[in-house]
Amino acid sequence: MAVSISVQSEPFDAAVEVSRLHQANPRVGAIVSFLGLTRDVNEGEPVQAMTLEHYPGMTEKALAAICAEAERRWPLEGIRVVHRIGELRPTDPVVLVAVASRHRSDAFRACELVIDYLKTRAPFWKKERTPFGERWVEARASDESAEQRWREGSP
Amino acid sequence: MIRLLYFASLRERLGVGEEQLAAPPGVGDVQSLLAHLRARGGRWSDALAPERPLLVAVNQEIAAARQAVGDGDEVAIFPPVTGG
Repeated sequence: MAVSISVQSEPFDAAVEVSRLHQANPRVGAIVSFLGLTRDVNEGEPVQAMTLEHYPGMTEKALAAICAEAERRWPLEGIRVVHRIGELRPTDPVVLVAVASRHRSDAFRACELVIDYLKTRAPFWKKERTPFGERWVEARASDESAEQRWREGSP
Repeated sequence: MIRLLYFASLRERLGVGEEQLAAPPGVGDVQSLLAHLRARGGRWSDALAPERPLLVAVNQEIAAARQAVGDGDEVAIFPPVTGG
């Protein structure tokens, strides 16, 4: 199975990334993708821009480990993860997770696991610029509980 | 030497992103390293206060408090992650 991970400051084209997952692979019967976007409001305040910082080296390793976990759990044909760094503006795509499999249920579940784990395990940090100044985004308890759903033995 | 890295809000609080530290006597794991850094006082004791929810990675993998740390290791300290 092909896993491809990019951490980049350049924009990406989600449609192109998704089509690459199945071209020349007729075994793919389903692709599920998640596209995360920059919103213009957070915690009730307008957001003008967002800067994404990461830990070069560890980020790629953490994302590879997350994709390996998805591959271990479901029969997959490919995973593509693209995450932007640097300055982003409202409506800009931040992250793409696309998973290809023979049947849809495996792709749906694997895609959700990868984004849930990415949110709690991959070393990225967001800083927002609002009209009142800059602030670091706080980790959300809801992301932690989303990750816990995937623990082995969880219902 | 231990290569120390600080990220995001922690880097801003400390005013430093990276340093090389000769493993001090008595520092052999993550928690003793954190105690050593806190003992610098001032912004260090504040930014690394035990009540802050910080994560530590040793050689680019999340580490527990008792994980061994020594010369040649890369140790990163950072707040909970917020990507995606």
